[in-house]
Amino acid sequence: MVKIKINGKETKVEKGTTILKAAEKLDIKIPTLCYHPLLEPYSACRICMVEIKIGKRNELVTACNTVVENGMEIFTDSERALKARKMNIELLMARAPAAEPVKEIAKELGVEKTRFEIKDPNEKCILCGLCVRTCEQVVGAKAISFIERGADRKVSTPFGEPSEDCIGCAACAYFCPTEAITVEDLDKREVIHDEMILGPNSAIRVPIRQAVPMVPFIDEENCIHFKTGNCKLCEKVCEKEAINHDMEDEEIELEVGTIIIATGFKGFDAKKVPAYGYGRFKNVLTALEFERMVNASGPTGGQIRLADGREPESVGIIHCVGSRDENFNEYCSRVCCMYSLKFAHIIKERTNAEVYNFYIDMRAFGKGYEEFYHKLLEEGVHFIRGRVSEISDVALTPEEEGKLIIRVEDTLVGTVRRIPVDMAILSVGLEPNFGSDEITRMFNLSCSQDAFFLEKHPKLAPVSTAADGIFLAGTCQGPKDIPDTVAQAGAAASEALALADKGKFELEPVTAEINEELCSGCQLCIALCPFSAISYNKEKDISEVNEALCKGCGTCVAACPSGAAMQNHFRDEQIIAEIEGILSV
Amino acid sequence: MSNEKFEPKIVGFLCNWCSYTGADLAGTSRMTYQPNLRIIRVMCSGRVDPQFIFKAFKEGADGVLIAGCHPGDCHYKEGNYKALRRYKLIKKLQSEFGIEDERIRLEWISASEGAKFQEVCNEFTETIRKLGPFNSKKGGKNE
Repeated sequence: MVKIKINGKETKVEKGTTILKAAEKLDIKIPTLCYHPLLEPYSACRICMVEIKIGKRNELVTACNTVVENGMEIFTDSERALKARKMNIELLMARAPAAEPVKEIAKELGVEKTRFEIKDPNEKCILCGLCVRTCEQVVGAKAISFIERGADRKVSTPFGEPSEDCIGCAACAYFCPTEAITVEDLDKREVIHDEMILGPNSAIRVPIRQAVPMVPFIDEENCIHFKTGNCKLCEKVCEKEAINHDMEDEEIELEVGTIIIATGFKGFDAKKVPAYGYGRFKNVLTALEFERMVNASGPTGGQIRLADGREPESVGIIHCVGSRDENFNEYCSRVCCMYSLKFAHIIKERTNAEVYNFYIDMRAFGKGYEEFYHKLLEEGVHFIRGRVSEISDVALTPEEEGKLIIRVEDTLVGTVRRIPVDMAILSVGLEPNFGSDEITRMFNLSCSQDAFFLEKHPKLAPVSTAADGIFLAGTCQGPKDIPDTVAQAGAAASEALALADKGKFELEPVTAEINEELCSGCQLCIALCPFSAISYNKEKDISEVNEALCKGCGTCVAACPSGAAMQNHFRDEQIIAEIEGILSV
Repeated sequence: MSNEKFEPKIVGFLCNWCSYTGADLAGTSRMTYQPNLRIIRVMCSGRVDPQFIFKAFKEGADGVLIAGCHPGDCHYKEGNYKALRRYKLIKKLQSEFGIEDERIRLEWISASEGAKFQEVCNEFTETIRKLGPFNSKKGGKNE
């Protein structure tokens, strides 16, 4: 331990501590510009000047990188230190007059103007090197550096050209104390509106607020560490040492008795309907994006805003996007009508906008839903029956100027209408989730024509599948709203529990059997069985059926060349007797 | 006899999950169709052994229909593909027995296709009716 005195206060700090850190412990503030706790000190700005006394010697040092010594006396606000700081801030004011933090510190020090010549009144860079150090020490990309010398010194990429080493992480801009570095997207995409809808994200985050378990994850695609092998800043700041970048995905094998499949849905990709301009027009949003916008914890705090930040004066909600459409999905997605009505209600509540609903049929199917629809009719929401043919920005009249024009055939009036709106919301339908095919194969499931998983029986076994012990819950079985999903999930859970609780398992009566004496062990049936229910018994040189796995299709029976395979209840003799019987008259 | 309309005997092997249910739907939907089809329910079209077909002809059938789920929809994943492969094999074999090509037919009828069942049934009956009775003793030749 080292004994020191700061501004007359005695303290003990560990060996190797800098003056800045020692002062911090005593709550003594020393102004800094080029210092960052996560980076090596650099003493470039020289604003942290303090006076120290060791023995009889008094001198001026920078607090950020000077290590304390035993018996050192430090004066952070001595006349000499302040004078040096004032001089340095004046120099910085001449160098970067537009830098806000410089102005602030100057104000604190009582410096009003600089006596030196100002070269560029818009300059913000104070040459503190935080960006260069960040790029090198944190990111590890080493894409920027100081170039030139003396008065011409500046931060730049090699030869001032876009650098191939730059990974576009924008860490330099984040660390810059004076906002001298700005990030520009050369793709010229509308980054601002994207951010407004989805909000800025960092590479380490909690997926959603309702996430279970409620822990952050590292987004490998965007994490700097996985691009350069460096950074790990989150690991450094996490006091609990909970972050480990070396963890890898692992496959865990579990033996279970029952399985509930609840893989959910994915929203219809609105870009598949080019006529609606999603992706081309900034104010055409999908339902999920709008849902995010009206979320009180969302990026706009629940305010409804256009891309330019204005409040919309009129909003069109287009139902059945990708649903009830021969070109995409023929089925009704069931939930869109009601969430569209909810949107209309929220827009009415939070703005003064006119709201238009474009619907094919209004399907207010659940408890209290019809009443809600009637409430909206009374609230003055416009309902136009007809499928929207296109959304365009081609104005034909002055009032259409600058708006999105929704062209629709009003089937109740019998005319084609053009309705100008500020914002259009596409009520996209529900589709089977990504990876459903894989799950179908993995669990031997069947799919109905709309590609959702098929239940055993629509009325008598709505959560069971053809495979025993595998149950379905939620939208993986078909589009449904939250109350229905909750109800079905409860049913699936109790079905699974009922099976587990019983401890026994009822077999299908219709299974295949192999007559040991007739079986020649050719193993033809093994290759045919889609359920891997037949295995070869090497000792006996015969094939054997596992009754728990056999579903009783009888494919093996029809193929067995020696007639050893039999299907219970559908034996060859039985079917032949049936043929004889039905043809006898 | 010659004045009487020929009523063919047709045996149908229908899979339990799609085609049999489709036939059931045609019935519950009150669709009328030719009464010539005599249905045998099997769990899967993959269960249909070629010997059943020839047995049916031997017992006096004039036509045989095999109906299963649409490709990709099989309740047992791929039984209908097995049926299709056997069907192709039977097609090669049947002329050896003197069975005309039209007399054996494979159709995909789903549980929701009551109308298709009706259509197939009517059409197939009509085809066989035009073809006349199958005479197994004379090697399939009429007269």
